[in-house]
Amino acid sequence: MKILPDKKGHFGIFGGKFVPETLMPALKELEAEYRSSQKDKSFRKELDYLLSQYAGRPTPLYFAKNLSKYLGGFKVYLKREDLLHTGAHKINNTLGQALLARRMGKKRIIAETGAGQHGVATATVAALFGLECVIYMGEEDIERQSLNVFRMKLLGAKVVPVKSGSKTLKDAMTEALRDWVTNVGTTHYIIGSVAGPHPYPMLVRDFQSVIGKEARKQILASENRLPDYLLACVGGGSNAMGLFYPFFKDKKVKMIGIEAAGLGLNSGKTAASLLKGKIGVLHGSKSKVLQDKYGQIEIAHSIAAGLDYPGVGPEHSYYQMVKRAEYAAVTDKEALAGFELLSETEGIIPALEPAHAIAYLSKAKNRFKKNSIIILCLSGRGDKDVTLVSPLLAKK
Amino acid sequence: MNRISRKFLELKSKRRKAFIAYLTVGYPDISTTEKLVLELSRLGVDMFELGVPFSDPLADGPIIQEASAFALKNKVNLDKVFSLAKRLRNKIDKPLLTMGYYNPIFNYGLERFAKNAKSSGLDGIVVPDLSLEEDKDLRKSLSKYGIYLISFLAPTTDVSRIKHIARNAKGFIYYVSVTGVTGARNKLAKGIFNRISYLKKSVKVPICVGFGISTRKQFKTITSLSDGAIIGSAIINKIKENIGRKDLVNRVSRFVKGIIPS
Repeated sequence: MKILPDKKGHFGIFGGKFVPETLMPALKELEAEYRSSQKDKSFRKELDYLLSQYAGRPTPLYFAKNLSKYLGGFKVYLKREDLLHTGAHKINNTLGQALLARRMGKKRIIAETGAGQHGVATATVAALFGLECVIYMGEEDIERQSLNVFRMKLLGAKVVPVKSGSKTLKDAMTEALRDWVTNVGTTHYIIGSVAGPHPYPMLVRDFQSVIGKEARKQILASENRLPDYLLACVGGGSNAMGLFYPFFKDKKVKMIGIEAAGLGLNSGKTAASLLKGKIGVLHGSKSKVLQDKYGQIEIAHSIAAGLDYPGVGPEHSYYQMVKRAEYAAVTDKEALAGFELLSETEGIIPALEPAHAIAYLSKAKNRFKKNSIIILCLSGRGDKDVTLVSPLLAKK
Repeated sequence: MNRISRKFLELKSKRRKAFIAYLTVGYPDISTTEKLVLELSRLGVDMFELGVPFSDPLADGPIIQEASAFALKNKVNLDKVFSLAKRLRNKIDKPLLTMGYYNPIFNYGLERFAKNAKSSGLDGIVVPDLSLEEDKDLRKSLSKYGIYLISFLAPTTDVSRIKHIARNAKGFIYYVSVTGVTGARNKLAKGIFNRISYLKKSVKVPICVGFGISTRKQFKTITSLSDGAIIGSAIINKIKENIGRKDLVNRVSRFVKGIIPS
């Protein structure tokens, strides 16, 4: 298997650049800047410094002893991205892209956000680098993630409510692309996932692959061997790709991505693009997309705003097609149980997004052997979800 | 010969410029779209872009977004656009194009799309989110049937890319007048005249300008250099103002007639 994407940004039949002509030169500029930054030692040095001193890397790879015992004895390690500054893995990418924006002389930053974690991470780096910042967020998400909206505003960002379509992440991204088409000369668009047109899926993956690189070293140090499984939730798929990618060539390491089934895979209210979608083009790249029979994009549903997206990064579609990774899904209800399970067994309140991965562990515990080692990416912490979850759990 | 090329030859011989009207199919309903095209054709519109609604029209401003969402509620889809084109083709001989995003086309199947576009009497296809880098498959399918895939140039396109795009261009080039989304603007973009003059010298196919043109004065100014212009949001806005009125077609037609230079 080759390391992808190819020169045109394709992962097999997926990926590419499907954007208005106005944006094509900006994508080319971004790619050129990214490639030159990768050869620039001072860039790498500054990013490493920020990742360690500002964001708090490396994050621990924590052996979740209680959870492991509860589930039946296989070993679960949690990659603690929840401990990062701003509370999720998103900062790994926004720091990198903010440095790129500075190199390109762009003084204005825009981003889309679903759960608000990427919005907060973007607003944070904009504050750090003194950049103007506009965040697009669906009206429905603004309601269910009000804490993060306040954080973004506190950090000096302007939060623009998006009222079109499903009023969630998909529409926020569409609106951000419209802004970018309009202000492309002065503005850098920090896409928060491994989605969008090339080079975004590649560069977001690369910035996030610090997760997998660290985890690989850490597991070798503590277990003296590679893990049997990698597990992560997949919305757009950046935390999953960040964990998976550095293990790509380790053929024996199995990868499992967990999508949001929403109310159920066959309920029509789901966000499981890889399991229920068809190949299509959304937001600049070809990938698996939830769509109706006429190619209209469907409204996704998940309790986790960060997974509530009808598309998925093209590299995941590729991993699925070539069977390098396996994808499964858990429902809103199961994710809530996962949310409780980790809180109760380990004293760690996960975000609802990685709670899906926790839920899968519990749901599929029989497939793992007693001596299996599993690394689960705990992509974010649950503070942002407490107000949403508390009435749901109180009902029980 | 494709009707688009024939039209430009005809216009050239008459020293006239192409007036291209965009209408979202099914806004407010398909039969109104049909009546509008026929009436506008009678009043002198040279070509029509039949807008295929899409759930995520990322190159469109609020006016066309709203029209698209409205048309989707009317359950407009490619099959309905094709049957509308077929009905129109039986009545008028002017170039008919579709304007719509790539996913519905890709989902329909490129070969099937091209075949049905041909049998519906369509002459050109405009896809705002399909770059030169990704358009080979669709271009190939369409060319089998003699249908043009219209190429875009933007204010941000650099010289070497202009040459590359121009080499592949068929029918006309759609020049996006501003960096931005569709919608009326008070002023024409800065530097647009230098840009169009440059394109006129370096590109062989006709240049038509779209995005932000809404008045007769703007149309005349732009087409003093370009070979034509596309008017979209201004017409859609006029439709919006008249939704629910029995004389919508008359009112919108009168408005468009006011933009067409005599």
